[in-house]
Amino acid sequence: MFDAKTLKQVCDGTAEWSEKVKGGAGGAQEPRRFSTVSDLEIKPLYTPDDTKDLDFAETIGHPGSFPFTRGCQPDMYRGRVWTFRMFSGFGSAEDTNRRYHHLLTHGETGLSIAYDYPSLMGYDSDSPRSHAEIGKCGVAIDSLADFEVLMDGIPLGDVTVSHTINPPATIMWAMNLALAEKQGVGWNRLGGTIQNDMLKEFIAQKTFMCPIEPSVRLVRDTIEFGSKHVPRWNTVSISGYHMREAGATAVQELAFTLADGITYVQDVLDHTGMEVDVFAPRLSFFFDSHIDFFEEIAKFRAARRIWARVMKERFKAKNPRSLWMRFHTQTAGCSLTAQQPLNNVVRTATEALAAALGGTQSLHTNSYDETLALPSDQAVTVALRTQQIIAEETGVTNTIDPLAGSYFVEALTREMEEKALDYIEKIDKMGGMLAAIDQGFPQLEIADAAYRYQRQLDSNTKTLVGVNKYVTEAKAPIELLKINEKLEEEQVKRVNEVKRTRDNRMVSQALGDVRRACKGGENVMPHVIEAVKAYATEQEICDVYREVFGEYRDPGFF
Amino acid sequence: MVPTTKLRVLVAKPGLDGHDRGVRVIARGFRDAGYEVIYTGVHQTPEQIVSTAIQEDVDLVGLSCLSGAHLFLFGEVVRQLREKGAGDITVVGGGIIPDEDIPKLKEAGIKQVFLPGTSLDEIMKWTEENVTPAGMREESMQ
Repeated sequence: MFDAKTLKQVCDGTAEWSEKVKGGAGGAQEPRRFSTVSDLEIKPLYTPDDTKDLDFAETIGHPGSFPFTRGCQPDMYRGRVWTFRMFSGFGSAEDTNRRYHHLLTHGETGLSIAYDYPSLMGYDSDSPRSHAEIGKCGVAIDSLADFEVLMDGIPLGDVTVSHTINPPATIMWAMNLALAEKQGVGWNRLGGTIQNDMLKEFIAQKTFMCPIEPSVRLVRDTIEFGSKHVPRWNTVSISGYHMREAGATAVQELAFTLADGITYVQDVLDHTGMEVDVFAPRLSFFFDSHIDFFEEIAKFRAARRIWARVMKERFKAKNPRSLWMRFHTQTAGCSLTAQQPLNNVVRTATEALAAALGGTQSLHTNSYDETLALPSDQAVTVALRTQQIIAEETGVTNTIDPLAGSYFVEALTREMEEKALDYIEKIDKMGGMLAAIDQGFPQLEIADAAYRYQRQLDSNTKTLVGVNKYVTEAKAPIELLKINEKLEEEQVKRVNEVKRTRDNRMVSQALGDVRRACKGGENVMPHVIEAVKAYATEQEICDVYREVFGEYRDPGFF
Repeated sequence: MVPTTKLRVLVAKPGLDGHDRGVRVIARGFRDAGYEVIYTGVHQTPEQIVSTAIQEDVDLVGLSCLSGAHLFLFGEVVRQLREKGAGDITVVGGGIIPDEDIPKLKEAGIKQVFLPGTSLDEIMKWTEENVTPAGMREESMQ
């Protein structure tokens, strides 16, 4: 981007500057290594020399145009700021419904359901496996009856709902579809997301139920059903967040997420006969925003560029929307500390700012108390206000992709891209992500990175304020949210009541139809919708999946 | 028979929670410190953990729970170990554990609770000072 004369001046200047730095460092000292939180080495200075071979049109371009480095939409936040979407759920459906109304009243613009562990794993509240876990890490949902309470007073045609749900994603989506029908909202105008990314479960989040292949088949059924019947729904949110939280570096998060995306696209092409441009526009993504500010911004920009190229070159997509990488971001839970919890407000704000500068479509900001408990009303309000301040006070939304052209940011974006492509090539050579997971490859790469980081903290090579530096004994006086101990009893009563009052003949017929679809190749979705409408419980449907497909056992790689 | 003096450690994830970053870092830490390590994988019932602990003849069980179900799950592991005559196995735990629950866990027989921010070195040091390998325990009894 610079002429030869300018570049020569730059290089001469850099040589001169380098001498000055050496002179100041005291000669023989071992130079200190500067690196990102992911341990990626960073140079002291970036100049036009680092970006001299970047072709503007090929690598940067304009927002809304290939390769979308600068954003998917042409107008980005000037058209509409990202969705304020707080991941939220605890206790009973009533408790969480109250929290949703609280958040919407305070300016939240989209909902995101956090389910409790039994719901995430396909157990009802009356299962022995659910004991002591009900309503603790999210809301307890056993059947459509609970879901109706959860969404009471929420117009599904106006507010998009995101479900963090994976093995039982077909079921929670079916509840959402059934309730939309009851509210008179046509599926053709229903927006929302199911996370439904099973590959990252095996790699990192570890809420798995059935073995890998049938798990991917259920994902495929939802993609196919959504493309035909619920055109505005994101049927999968291909997620790097959980890998990062499990210890992945930024490059690993980027590479493994994209490799998962490639796997889903190929799987749908191989099995359904749908054209890529029919389903690709509804594939969405989900990333972590960690504490290393520039590394994250570079990661987001690289992610859009790689995906656009993959879709165009590898899958021959023609619809520009197929090339869009739209993503949700959550600030990094793993960057927060139990020590001096109010410091977490600052971490979250920094991470949220990186997400905004990286061009996210939707954002969750963590609450300062989340390393100790589910967030209190006060903590979640501060977290929501954090993104509102960034969006509406700081001015960072005035112009699109403001860091483009920075020598450092462009060089780092390219470095993230190159390193991620190396991983993707390696995974391709292993026979794709399914084979790689079987061999424990991504799991062990992430475990290595997590262990290295822990060692760096232990040896004070990396700093975590309040943990290995600036440590104090004083405890911050913060009020934590407590889950009602009576909830378990009430929830068990509730699911039993549902089973007693519904038409059990209809339920067993619907479950029989689900079983038949699982065994044959027919799409399960229409049958799951019938089953939830008949008030079949989540576990009853998951038991059919477990019976037909079997269960996955954690190989326990470490 | 030469008594085993090398500690055998079982690290385990009871309950439904899948947060295994910490537990796997700790498994590696024990391995690097020269201990024999078995890791159960996620989603274990207390029954499964107790049965593995006895079968593998371990000296220490390290439990990790981040879902809030620790009071029941940790206590259940200790109770069932005692019921099966394996009450001499040391059980420790870690995860997201409110301060007020620590005395309750200790009362239930959890020897030590490690909270977020604990270094691997602290855990290894505690283990060295507080856990005796089965072979040496038997020897000292003779």
